[in-house]
Amino acid sequence: MHEMGIACEVLAAVRGEAKRHPGNTPRKVGLRIGELAAVDPEALRFCFEAITRDTDMESLELEIEICPFRFRCLSCGHEFVVQNYDSQCPQCADMKTECIGGQELDVAYLEVEDHEPSAAGAKSTQ
Amino acid sequence: MNRVPLEQKVLSENDRVAAELRARFREHGVLCLNLISSPGSGKTSLLECTLESLPRDRRVAVLTGDIQTDNDAARLKRFGFPVKQITTGGTCHLDARMVERHLADWSLANMDLLFIENVGNLVCPSSYDLGEAAKIVVLSVTEGEDKPLKYPSIFLKSELLVLNKIDLLPYVPFDMNAAVENARRVHPAMEILKVSCLTGKGLHEWLVWLEHRRRAIKPVETEAVT
Repeated sequence: MHEMGIACEVLAAVRGEAKRHPGNTPRKVGLRIGELAAVDPEALRFCFEAITRDTDMESLELEIEICPFRFRCLSCGHEFVVQNYDSQCPQCADMKTECIGGQELDVAYLEVEDHEPSAAGAKSTQ
Repeated sequence: MNRVPLEQKVLSENDRVAAELRARFREHGVLCLNLISSPGSGKTSLLECTLESLPRDRRVAVLTGDIQTDNDAARLKRFGFPVKQITTGGTCHLDARMVERHLADWSLANMDLLFIENVGNLVCPSSYDLGEAAKIVVLSVTEGEDKPLKYPSIFLKSELLVLNKIDLLPYVPFDMNAAVENARRVHPAMEILKVSCLTGKGLHEWLVWLEHRRRAIKPVETEAVT
């Protein structure tokens, strides 16, 4: 149960980025979580709601993209989604493969709403 | 609505500290190993056997993590090597900051091998890089041969699987071949050792593995000279 710590890191990333967009309200943060990242998306949502409730981030939406467990064949280069932990390349049947997906734990993007599109403050350089 | 790409790791701060630790370990030629397992799989017993068999002049140290108590540190201190307990107070894993903090008053220049015994948990520790050269997962035969399939993340990220308590094989319905097959389904290149900390079986192979890894680590200065 380390989802609370992860939720706090996500919120810190959002707050850090939000500072670069004064006058705009963060609306949605996009995460990529691998199937094998050992993170439970529902527990993370629960924790995220708990730490943003009654704060300025209460309306921030959490969008989670689940990334499948993927291998690349080291012989023929074919990339495939691993089904039932079968690491054999479906194209050339070689067993030498490397993991290229499924362990992601990334903040992909932040969507901000521009309240004052014409406000000079939002575009001022730092 | 304006979408701003962030493209950063959620645990980027932990990863930053871990990268600093890894650079320091490399600079001083320290082999750092992160031991992970369920509670009660025998991480501490494996370390006891390891410390017991090492010459006293070996430059070895241990950080051992638990949610509460310093029982493990007390067990491991008996062998005369520096041992420090990390008590997390509830946190279910060690993170790089905890390691950094507990290493603060140790000199890495006087160290060749650092064991980090993580909090007993097959899930959360897999997400946190501690700057180690390798993660090692310990699985005991009383736990069931399907653990690699149930907790794939840690088996995917660990270089070595230590199958412990093999002395109990006659008494438990554990299918060793299935365990090995399951581990290799998740991580085809995984190295696997079978040991018993009670009888000592397989410990020689474990010590050989350690020595092999230790010799592969050389301080940067030494590499430059040779």
